[in-house]
Amino acid sequence: MSGPQEMPIATNGDVVLVRQKVRSVAAEIGLSLVDQTKIVTAASELARNVLVHAGGGRVEVEKVSTGLRPGLRLVFSDEGPGISDIAQAMTDGFTTGGGLGLGLSGSRRLVDEFDLVSAPGEGTRITVTKWSR
Amino acid sequence: MTVPADAARRRIVEIFISEEGPLLRRWSQISGAPIDELRDLHQALRTALAGDADLADVRGLLGELSRARARQGYTPSDTARVVFSLKEAVYEQVEADGQGDALRGFAWLSRLIDDLGLFTFETYSAAREKIIIDQAEQLLELSTPVVKLWEGIVAVPLVGTLDSARTQVVMEKLLQTLVDTGSEHAVIDITGVPAVDTEVAQHLLKTVVAARLMGAECVISGIRPQIAHTIVTLGIEFGDIVTKASLADALAYALSRSGVQLKGAATTRVAVRAERD
Ligand SMILES: Nc1ncnc2c1ncn2[C@@H]1O[C@H](COP(=O)(O)OP(=O)(O)OP(=O)(O)O)[C@@H](O)[C@H]1O
Ligand SMILES: [Mg+2]
Repeated sequence: MSGPQEMPIATNGDVVLVRQKVRSVAAEIGLSLVDQTKIVTAASELARNVLVHAGGGRVEVEKVSTGLRPGLRLVFSDEGPGISDIAQAMTDGFTTGGGLGLGLSGSRRLVDEFDLVSAPGEGTRITVTKWSR
Repeated sequence: MTVPADAARRRIVEIFISEEGPLLRRWSQISGAPIDELRDLHQALRTALAGDADLADVRGLLGELSRARARQGYTPSDTARVVFSLKEAVYEQVEADGQGDALRGFAWLSRLIDDLGLFTFETYSAAREKIIIDQAEQLLELSTPVVKLWEGIVAVPLVGTLDSARTQVVMEKLLQTLVDTGSEHAVIDITGVPAVDTEVAQHLLKTVVAARLMGAECVISGIRPQIAHTIVTLGIEFGDIVTKASLADALAYALSRSGVQLKGAATTRVAVRAERD
């Protein structure tokens, strides 16, 4: 299994590259078309949050496996302002930036595992995993 | 400027003037640039060297030259060579002269040419970059056609990754086309879009609202199963926006809304009637 691959998230162009990378790896490990689209969309949301709310950061793209099932893990991290009220940020429709406020909560529903670590002033780290079924 | 340095400069200017013909020919030969192009440059340089070494005119000419070359697809080295090759051409004359003044003057001129060469290189790069950006923008425009499907019905088939820059261009163009053609129906077809996230959805929603404000109705077509799945899971609501499975369905819908009745789906017969109320 190849190690994680890190990609920067500093511009809108980087967000597009992240989407393309995630789609190709998702197809490689044999995710269904629906699941590919879901993980690509979640990646798009989280990458843009890094760009918009934290001013930039990075993502690690990694193929993972539990015995027979291959999966795809993405770790988004930034050194931005962090999230003070995580429960609130995870609520459908909550936004501090005039968006739809569905990026975080929607991404959680799009993936199989979702882990968010953040504190004010300490940046944000979100790990998501999608397993092939 | 010290007196010997002054003499050195004067000697270089003298060479520039007395050996103009051979200098230009040799310069043209080494650089591969036509003599006519170099003559203006030579003239400006001579004036600057003889006077207060104000190189504004020279830089102006070099700027034009590098921009033109960037447009014509010359390589950066070809472009910089035009400037640097002047050194070699002058040196041959200096060598023939063989005097201390001329040699000292050449050292001075050489530094000056280095600066001008770098300047040319930078202008070339900047021009090249601008050309690339312009081309990317043109491509953006070209790749987002808004087509007229019928009198009063326009459509925009979206293809490929929708980043926010592109979505914005498309949407602005669609709204503008609605105005220009006086259309009351627009079909936004997303068959070719690989993913719809909150940003794309928001642009779509805003466009529909803006179109409504202009008195036009939008139909979104081509929502494929995996996209529908994702949109629902993400939690995006399209509200009362009409969506159709295919572009054909959307056209049929828009036609019926504008009072055109299609008879027999399998045939191409089209009957038009005016709406009664
Ligand atoms: N990486 C991050 N760093 C700091 N704050 C963040 C980060 N990601 C999300 N947030 C906060 O959480 C809120 C909710 O994020 P979410 O992605 O759900 O909505 P949004 O980005 O505002 O709108 P959109 O629906 O367009 O994504 C944001 O408004 C922002 O305040
Ligand atoms: Mg977001």
